[in-house]
Amino acid sequence: MSNVTIKALTGNEAAAYAMKQIDPDVVAAYPITPATEIVQIFSDYVNNGQVRTEMILVESEHSAMSACIGASAAGARVMTGTSSCGLALMWEVLYVAASTRCPIVMCDVNRALSAPINIHCDHSDTMGARDSGWVQLYAENTQEAYDTLIQAVRVAEDPAVRLPVMVMFDGFIISHSMEGVQVADDAAVQKFVGPFQPVRWLLDTDHPCTVGALDLQDYCFEHKMTQAEALRAVPAVVQKVGKEFAAAFGRSYDLFEAYRLDDAETVLVMIGSTAGTAKDVIDELRGQGKKVGLLRIRLFRPFPAAQLRDALAKAKVVGVLDRYESFSGTGGALYHEIRSALYDLPARPRLHGITYGIGGRDIFPADLRQLYLDLEAAGAGKKDLPATDYLGVRK
Amino acid sequence: MSGKPSLPTYQELAPGGVIPEGGTATRYQTGGWRSVRPVFHAAACVHCLTCWILCPDSAVKAKDGKVTGYDYDHCKGCGICAFECPVNKAHAAGKGKKGPAITMEPENQPEGKA
Repeated sequence: MSNVTIKALTGNEAAAYAMKQIDPDVVAAYPITPATEIVQIFSDYVNNGQVRTEMILVESEHSAMSACIGASAAGARVMTGTSSCGLALMWEVLYVAASTRCPIVMCDVNRALSAPINIHCDHSDTMGARDSGWVQLYAENTQEAYDTLIQAVRVAEDPAVRLPVMVMFDGFIISHSMEGVQVADDAAVQKFVGPFQPVRWLLDTDHPCTVGALDLQDYCFEHKMTQAEALRAVPAVVQKVGKEFAAAFGRSYDLFEAYRLDDAETVLVMIGSTAGTAKDVIDELRGQGKKVGLLRIRLFRPFPAAQLRDALAKAKVVGVLDRYESFSGTGGALYHEIRSALYDLPARPRLHGITYGIGGRDIFPADLRQLYLDLEAAGAGKKDLPATDYLGVRK
Repeated sequence: MSGKPSLPTYQELAPGGVIPEGGTATRYQTGGWRSVRPVFHAAACVHCLTCWILCPDSAVKAKDGKVTGYDYDHCKGCGICAFECPVNKAHAAGKGKKGPAITMEPENQPEGKA
C-alpha cells in the first residue's frame, strides 16, 4: 500500500490535487462558482511545471467541452471541471462526448441551475444531465471526491466502457469545507491510473479514421446500441476498480454505500453530503433501539437497479431524498428510479419521495430525525404521509 | 424494419460511430447530389490546376500536370472550380480569347455538351 499523507483540503483543493496526480494530457476549462478553484489551482500546477498538461483556456463551457472532445479524439487523456449553468452550457456537447465514446473525466460541483440565480448546492445541474450518456458518480465528502476522481479515470478508460465519467460533490458544503484528506503519493496514483491507451485516435496517421461522421437511418440505431451496451458494462467495472482501489489505497468503494442497512426497517435513500448528517442521526436513533438505516447512491448512471432492489428488499419503509425539483409533478428522478427498481419485488416496501435542500437550503439532524420517526410511524400505520412531499420549505 | 440485411450488426461496428479506416469516401458516390455539373473546355484551359487544388471533393481529374476532366461520381456540383478559374475570370472581364475553361450546366443536359 502506498504512503499516505493527511492534508487539510477543501473539496475543490482535493479535486485539483487528484488532477495533479493524474497529470492528464489536456485540460480545457472555463471557471464557474463554486468549481472555479479546481481549474484555478490546477492552472497553478501547470504554471509551476508540476504537471505536463496542456491547459486550454476557452471562452465558454460549450467550448471547454468541445476542446475536451477534440483532444480526446486526437488521443489525449482529458479532464475538466464545471458546475451548474456551466454544465448546462455544455449540454449539446455532453451528448457528443458520450456518443463519440470519449473517456473524458469531469468534475461537477453541484450547484442549483438558474433561475432564480443561486450559487449554492442542489443537484439540478447533474440530474438534468443524467440521460446524456455519461457515467455519473456522486461523492459524499472530500475524501471520496479525491478517491472517486482517481477511480473515474480507470472506469472511463476501461476497454469495456470507453465513456466519459462525471464526478460530483456538493457545492460549498464539500467544495469549500476543509477536511483531513488521506492523499497518496504521486507515483502510487500514476501507477493506479496507468498510461493512457487510446483505441483509435486521430493523430495516429498510420491508421486513419473518421470521427463524427453523418450517421442516418441505416447506422445510427446500431451505434446507439454499442453505446448502451458499454453503459451496461459500467457497474461491474465500477466494482472492479473500487476493489483495486481498496487494495492500493485501503479505502473500498462499491456501487452504493449501505450504512446500518442489513436489519433496517426504516431506510433513507439519498445522494451526496446529507448522508454524513444522516449517519450521525442513525447512530443516535439506533442507540434508542430504532431499526433505521441508509443507502447512499454513488453510481447514479447507469442506475444499478437490481443491486439496489436487493439491498432495499427487506425494508418496511423507504424514504427517497431528491435534492432538486424535477418539475415532473411526481417527485424527483431518484424517487422514480427507486420506485421503478422496487416494482419487481413480490412485497414492496412502503415508499415516499421527499424533495429537500433546494438552492442550498440547509438540512439539520433534527430534520432527518423527524423524517425517520415520521416514516416509521407511517410504516406502522400510525401516520398518513403523502407519496411525495417537500422537506424544509416554508409553508 | 431492421434495415438492409447486408449491413453490419451493432456488434460488428466500431464504437462511437468511428469509421475505422481511411479513404471510405471513394465508396460513397455523392455525384447524385448534383443539380449543376462542371463541363470542361480543354481548348481554353491553361492547366494552372487551381481547380484541382481547390476542389473540396478531389473530383477534378488531372494527369501529368494537365486537367483531364471531372469525377462525376463524386463531384457535388458546388462550382468552386468554375468560380475560381482564372481563365473564366479573364473571360468575364472581356479579356479571354478562347472562352471559359469551365462552365456550370444544368444536370439534365447531356454530358459533354458545350
